[in-house]
Amino acid sequence: MIRAHVLICGGTGCTSSGSKAVQDAFAENIKAFGLEEEVKLVQTGCFGLCALGPVVIVYPDGTFYSRVTPEDVKEIVSEHLFKGRVVEHLVYADTGAEEVVDKASVSLGDTAFYKSQKRIVLRNCGVIDPDSIDEYIAMDGYAALGKVLTEMTPEDVIKVVSDSGLRGRGGGGFPTGRKWALCAPNKAPQKYVVCNADEGDPGAFMDRSILEGDPHSVIEAMAICGYAVGATQGYVYVRAEYPIAVTRLQNAIAQAREYGLLGKNIFGSGFDFELDIRLGAGAFVCGEETALMTSIEGNRGEPRPRPPYPAVKGLYNSPTVENNVETFANIPQIILNGVEWFTSMGTEKSKGTKVFALGGKIEHTGLVEIPMGTTLREIIYDIGGGIPGGKKFKAAQTGGPSGGCIPAELIDTEVDYDNLVSIGCMMGSGGLIVMDEDTCMVDMAKFFLEFTVDESCGKCTPCRVGTKRLLELLDKITDGKGTLEDIDRLEELCNYIKQNSLCGLGQTAPNPVLATLHFFRDEYIAHVVDKKCPAGVCKSLLSFSIDQDKCIGCGKCAKNCPVDAIAKTDYVAPGHKLPSYAIDTVKCIKCGACMAGCKFGAISKK
Amino acid sequence: MKSLAELKAIKDRMKDKVILREGSGDVRVVVGMATCGIAAGARPVLNAFVEGVTAAKLTDKVTVSQTGCIGLCQLEPIVEVHEAGKEKVTYVKMTPEKVETVIEKHLKNGKVVTEFTVADV
Repeated sequence: MIRAHVLICGGTGCTSSGSKAVQDAFAENIKAFGLEEEVKLVQTGCFGLCALGPVVIVYPDGTFYSRVTPEDVKEIVSEHLFKGRVVEHLVYADTGAEEVVDKASVSLGDTAFYKSQKRIVLRNCGVIDPDSIDEYIAMDGYAALGKVLTEMTPEDVIKVVSDSGLRGRGGGGFPTGRKWALCAPNKAPQKYVVCNADEGDPGAFMDRSILEGDPHSVIEAMAICGYAVGATQGYVYVRAEYPIAVTRLQNAIAQAREYGLLGKNIFGSGFDFELDIRLGAGAFVCGEETALMTSIEGNRGEPRPRPPYPAVKGLYNSPTVENNVETFANIPQIILNGVEWFTSMGTEKSKGTKVFALGGKIEHTGLVEIPMGTTLREIIYDIGGGIPGGKKFKAAQTGGPSGGCIPAELIDTEVDYDNLVSIGCMMGSGGLIVMDEDTCMVDMAKFFLEFTVDESCGKCTPCRVGTKRLLELLDKITDGKGTLEDIDRLEELCNYIKQNSLCGLGQTAPNPVLATLHFFRDEYIAHVVDKKCPAGVCKSLLSFSIDQDKCIGCGKCAKNCPVDAIAKTDYVAPGHKLPSYAIDTVKCIKCGACMAGCKFGAISKK
Repeated sequence: MKSLAELKAIKDRMKDKVILREGSGDVRVVVGMATCGIAAGARPVLNAFVEGVTAAKLTDKVTVSQTGCIGLCQLEPIVEVHEAGKEKVTYVKMTPEKVETVIEKHLKNGKVVTEFTVADV
């Protein structure tokens, strides 16, 4: 009789930090202690606290072990599973409370990271075994599809989705119900449902985690959508760089087929639905809906002009609904729990929750799901644990290469679609990159521009040539060769690209530049007028020097220097025995190796 | 899948297997499983609870888990029943047979089996 479950995260983050070896060690030790009949080992999807991986949860206590190594496993099995004593030194117990708590009593839901979250889309991630359709069904899986097919008309379904106020989670925020309603009346011999799992923003990984942790929720939602709009074929377009997600999805589709939850005459309703996977090769532009469909058709992934919109002429010129993974994952819950439940969360125009991938200079790198309208401060400090090393928060970047940034003075902004747009930012797919005082905003804009220059498909001139010229201007500025006129030129070109590009990629590519120009213009000016990089990032504008009175002459910097730019001088500082060292700024490549190695704080960069 | 009944059958069959992960139920049964407890026979008691609670279809209400040494080693195996808003009940010198009675009387019908409690020893 099973009395305890050991859940081990098998998401991409924890897999990279070695969760497979931990799982094997558990299997071995559970056997060694003769607990096979009492303890069940389950591999799950992402728990969210990726920075603390590999993570392990022991139920029924809900004890949360973090950074577990295969060597720790024996102790957990013998102490916790065999004797019932929580292994306190491995427990993650940051509840955000001031007083010290009894670590053994802290379960996952008590930690600061989890307690402010509202998990709808991620509700099964880290709870069920994604490779088991039975566990999904135990958590009310496919009940929404059953309800839709036996009790509701397609019009009812569209009405519920419309009334829920659900908006596209891929970034644009287009009302999902309206998208379905636009497609439904179009008559055609074949219609399609497409799931956009071509998640390409640097730093965003929520779609991957949903597919890895709860693939059936997406399959179920796509079948519901098919019923609502009259489509019988679906495609999930997922990038080949997500091997774990692809495997789990394949397995899930096979299980759903076997159970007759995909295929002919589902629930005896006469409704047929088939689902297949199409792999993308990792081009960023293929996340744009028309380029994605062109790619499914077997052509080079290039966008096409809209209108006609996909709802009228989409995949293979047939009416098509395309939604993002996270959008779909909301659908079964809305059907089961109703409009009122969903609209009780969020803000006036943005209902429900949003999943964010926290990254950058933040304590808890990972995945969080919060109600719309949560402030940035709560996300960063309460859930994310703040900025490491006591550094100051400078800005948060949202929306990846298409988004903007939220500066420190707007940290109390309530995060929803419209608030972000009103401050010149965008929700995007949910990547949230936190930056501290050591980040140069010009350099940050340059990073995203490099990305879009690489990823521009080349079809239209404003994007192909324009982003390249933008990058050259930014290079000039960070090299210290820029002028004030360059800043004006930068701004003009940004607006031109925005207005004239063919697809969303080009239209939004200048956003990182525009947003940083808006909020951090003084940094641009410092680069071109004072020829200084205030954050100390842009190498051309830096110079390293050794304070000769602090230098004790140990010579470590000279040893660390890869280009022999540091040499001994004749000067011996008062109170020191050895002559100090100095940097030849002509030879110096500004790598910072000397500074990193100096224990006496004698080296500075300006 | 031809009908909702089929889906429900799978759900019912699986529910007991995943309910452990839904966090604590209203009632928590905790078995002391330190060295003293194990030596006194806590393991069969624990297993009797797990099996009995499942058989009595109480899994959505009752969570069975273990703890370390409760401190009254001579009275082991000790079992504590925690219920929200009520005082903790401590059963001592438990056996698999006593477990059946506790499940039947206390967990099912809410009547504390006073003759097994620590107060009565």
